[in-house]
Amino acid sequence: MSKRTDAGKFHSVTRRELLKLTPLVALGAFAVPQLQKPLLKAGLGFSDWTSAKLFRSGHLAPTFDNSDLTAFEKFPINDYDVDDPGVDFEKWTLTVSGAVQKPGDYTLAQIQSLPRMRQNTRHVCVEGWDVIGRFGGARLSDFLHMIGADTTARFIVVECADNYYESLDMATAIHPQTLLCYEMYEQPLTREHGAPLRLQIPTKIGYKQAKYLTGLKVTHILEKVGYWEDQGYSDFYGL
Amino acid sequence: MAIRTVTIDEPKTGASTQAVYEHPLVVRLCHWLNAVALFVMVGSGLQIFRAFPSFGAKIPQKDLIDWPKSLALGGWLGGALQWHLTFMWIYIATGVVYLVYEVFSGNYKQVLFVRRDLPGVWPMVRHYFFFGPKPPPWEGYNPLQKHAYTSAVALGILSVLTGFAIWKPVQFSWLAWLMGGFHLARLWHFLIMWALLAFVFGHLVMVILHGWNNFMSMLTGWKKDVSSE
Repeated sequence: MSKRTDAGKFHSVTRRELLKLTPLVALGAFAVPQLQKPLLKAGLGFSDWTSAKLFRSGHLAPTFDNSDLTAFEKFPINDYDVDDPGVDFEKWTLTVSGAVQKPGDYTLAQIQSLPRMRQNTRHVCVEGWDVIGRFGGARLSDFLHMIGADTTARFIVVECADNYYESLDMATAIHPQTLLCYEMYEQPLTREHGAPLRLQIPTKIGYKQAKYLTGLKVTHILEKVGYWEDQGYSDFYGL
Repeated sequence: MAIRTVTIDEPKTGASTQAVYEHPLVVRLCHWLNAVALFVMVGSGLQIFRAFPSFGAKIPQKDLIDWPKSLALGGWLGGALQWHLTFMWIYIATGVVYLVYEVFSGNYKQVLFVRRDLPGVWPMVRHYFFFGPKPPPWEGYNPLQKHAYTSAVALGILSVLTGFAIWKPVQFSWLAWLMGGFHLARLWHFLIMWALLAFVFGHLVMVILHGWNNFMSMLTGWKKDVSSE
């Protein structure tokens, strides 16, 4: 524009400048009911993709002194259905299937024959609270070795006695702090905390750490992601 | 960037006014995209907060406030997280583009609050809040304005850093540690939101007080009637 102009020309210049803001209208797509769901799914998917990229297999979650532990009585009990799905410990086995050399039923004794790890780590709930607990169990990676799992497969899927289900990416599954947990505070896992066996994963949000495990499958394809994920929560939710 | 001014002749009245090009397109786009993103982040953030409206222990849980659902976005925790984890990328991207532009264009000098602006803050505060005399006009933004805009950018950066500390407390454990731990990071994230809202409130009041031409400059880039200020 020249240094001097008349009102009409100035008006057309400003109108043109205003029209340059039209990309803003694209955000309005989020207000369209039919588009909102796929857009938010894509957004969450991008966050999950970034999360998977940010995950470092060699990076350990912070561990804590015994003096930092939340008292066992104050460790929250969260489940989607019942505190105790009534598992029969005498008959309990973990049913292994999928891309493994040795599928079948595994007893708790077999899992406990693997080296026992104990760790004081932070348990973070998607709701926003967190506690520091002491957990003990076998490394999932050791168990995967025991069953001859194909660790080039992408996912581990678990089924639970309360019909909860979850899945894990392989990188997290073979992380050294990912446990098949059968102990809390050096005592056998109690029923409301997921006895006889649960996942304990300090690099994941709480809802991915399924309790009352009954089945474990190694797979390349996911049919469903997890109980909460299939309702709209993040698939990956790594911490 | 050289300042672009223009004299507009009004053919009917014969009067003429001055206009100045204040806000380049990239700044205007970032401003409005960021404003929408901030609105969504606050709304969905408050819905996320509703899931555990406390900063203490889970057991026994002491709720801080029962934030009304009608003043939150997302409907439920999962929905709010979808909004939050989608719009955070727009929030971050527009912030980064704006900052990069400001640095490389040199425009940051107009708004960056520096040490020599310090003595000018109090007279402006006295003028705005305590009916003090109006200080002589400043070239460009006044010291209080610079302080407000610089603080808003700093708060924006802190909101992202505290957010990452609570979203990724393992991968960015150093960030959570810097903020005094996971618990405090969550509290900072919440308090920074209120500080940003306080800025937005002050900003909107000033926009209303400064009138239509000032508001339009954030839409068209051009601010009319500069001389009448």
